[in-house]
Amino acid sequence: MEEQFAKLDIRKNENIVYKRTDLLVDRPLSYCPGCGHGTVHRMLMETLEEMGLQDKTIGVSPVGCSVLAYDFMNIDMLGAAHGRAPALATAIKRMWPDRFVFTYQGDGDLAAIGTAETIHACNRGEHFTMIFINNGIYGMTGGQMAPTTLPNMRTSTSPYGRDTNIMGFPLKMTELVAQLPGTYYVTRQAVHTPSAVRKTKKAIRKAFENQKNKTGISFIEVVSNCNSGWKMTPVQSNKWMEENMFPFYPLGDIKIDGVLVTPKAETVKV
Amino acid sequence: MGELRLMKGNEAVAEAAIRAGCDGYFGYPITPQSEIMEYLMAMKPYETTGMVVLQAESETASVNMLYGGAGTGKMVMTSSSSPGISLMQEGISYMAGAELPALLVNVTRGGPGLGTIQPSQADYFQAVKGGGHGDYKMIVLAPASVQEMADFAKLGFELAFKYRTPVMILSDGAIGQMMEKVELFDPIARRTDAELIAQCPWAATGKPKNRDHIIITSLDLDPAGQERVNLKLQAKYRQIEKDEVRYEMISCEDAEYVFVAFGLSARICQKSIDIARAKGIKVGLFRPITLYPFPVKQIAELAKKVKGMLVVEMNAGQMIEDVRLAAGCSLKIEHYGRFGGIIPAPDEVVRAMENQIIGG
Ligand SMILES: Cc1ncc(C[n+]2csc(CCOP(=O)(O)OP(=O)(O)O)c2C)c(N)n1
Ligand code: SF4
Ligand SMILES: [Mg+2]
Repeated sequence: MEEQFAKLDIRKNENIVYKRTDLLVDRPLSYCPGCGHGTVHRMLMETLEEMGLQDKTIGVSPVGCSVLAYDFMNIDMLGAAHGRAPALATAIKRMWPDRFVFTYQGDGDLAAIGTAETIHACNRGEHFTMIFINNGIYGMTGGQMAPTTLPNMRTSTSPYGRDTNIMGFPLKMTELVAQLPGTYYVTRQAVHTPSAVRKTKKAIRKAFENQKNKTGISFIEVVSNCNSGWKMTPVQSNKWMEENMFPFYPLGDIKIDGVLVTPKAETVKV
Repeated sequence: MGELRLMKGNEAVAEAAIRAGCDGYFGYPITPQSEIMEYLMAMKPYETTGMVVLQAESETASVNMLYGGAGTGKMVMTSSSSPGISLMQEGISYMAGAELPALLVNVTRGGPGLGTIQPSQADYFQAVKGGGHGDYKMIVLAPASVQEMADFAKLGFELAFKYRTPVMILSDGAIGQMMEKVELFDPIARRTDAELIAQCPWAATGKPKNRDHIIITSLDLDPAGQERVNLKLQAKYRQIEKDEVRYEMISCEDAEYVFVAFGLSARICQKSIDIARAKGIKVGLFRPITLYPFPVKQIAELAKKVKGMLVVEMNAGQMIEDVRLAAGCSLKIEHYGRFGGIIPAPDEVVRAMENQIIGG
């Protein structure tokens, strides 16, 4: 009894410096420990809470490890078919123009099976936010090659490494959509360090602020780890990501307020 | 009396959608139904009723836009023709699984593959048996006139929302392209967002403080949960089969033989009845209007009274399987079909009745 009271005492309001936002449902996440998905969920929901948008937001979850995002995000959501989230979001935003709409998609979802839906939603300049978790692999189905898998990277369907002569090149979807007049804010972020997490949250905030002004697509890529799929510990995976993913997928803003801010991405060396 | 107009079937279904209070149309051009989107774009309903009209990048995108709109309770529709409807099977299955209301118009053409742009009824199986994956059905309405193209747009939306299920108008290139007199119903105002939220408590419209968040999905990873989803769907289908069967019988009172046909084939058979009766052959027509739910009992009843049935279809024999299942094996039931875009002539159909059923 005494112990419990002591615990409650510590939980006094003035002692709390950080807690779960009410926009995350109080249940265990389905993600592997160390995975970046959960951190992005949190940043997204914190932003919506801070902006007071819970009752005005409709989200679209993908098919991929984040297929169950709707179980964790305490907002109204639709689960799309694989790759089709931008099509759903297009219709939702057009028929509910005062709602805040976002898609949350992995690299297989957004940059392989859903390439057409992604490019055309961006090109039409739909007024919603796209959050793109690029972990260079198909996490959910057990670690197969993704469109974003790096050259020579091993996956279960490129067990000897991605041979670009046979398997083609990794796709820089973010640089690609930045070229389209319908995108307004395009950025690439990460969530592997506290400062990276803060930057990602700022980017998410900017994206939702843009929706207020109906500016066109805000597109946020988050380069993330898949420690299970990469067969590494969470710490190893973050280090590997810094050393291998970031040189190919450099972090930072690519387009702000409709203007390209970085030189064209470097070409692939093979 | 409603407003009278001379219209193509494709125009009539588009005009009726606006009048029914449709919130959004999403489509991709394909012959022989492109007039539907062309008519909507020309009418600019977004300036009058506020209806959204959007040309999508593909039928895959169109049907998933439909899914998105339907999941938020909006009254949404798409239209296409056979090859495009094949691409839409993904979305139809997802909408059936997530129990979403939507209207799809299929102005069919001859197949398989790119086939032809001429009318055909070869997509009966795809429409009524569930062309996508999983155990699902959608309500299928088969118009035989331009008037029914208009009427079924309204009826289709009513049924879609009543049962929270996709509904298909299974038309064909001839019904879509031909012009006839049509009496249009008076426009119904689009629902306001507040009305929608009150009428569709299941829809994802933005979570207020005082209710749980809404999840629109067809996924349930737990087998027991997914079985419950399926049992619920099946119970709904049994209800639809009980309450929503629609059909028409023409000259069947004294008929010794009947044609069974839907859509354009039924229109042709109406003329065949006149030709046959002038020859002294007592024939009638049974026309299923809902292809799903299929008029099983009514065909079984009729089978007890007549000497034979000729199922006339613009395909290689699809609906005949359902007619035979309904009527049993004691009666002579044969199929007469033309395909690839060929439309059978009324006298040719009478000859088929004489050769295959009466004399055969
Ligand atoms: C039409 C279709 N094809 C294939 C699949 C199988 N599938 C499920 S998730 C997935 C890949 C997901 O990878 P990604 O989008 O990168 O998400 P991650 O799991 O890595 O977050 C695939 C291929 C499916 N569900 N539907
Ligand atoms: S498989 Fe990879 S992406 Fe999926 S939850 Fe695990 S670590 Fe995250
Ligand atoms: Mg991935």
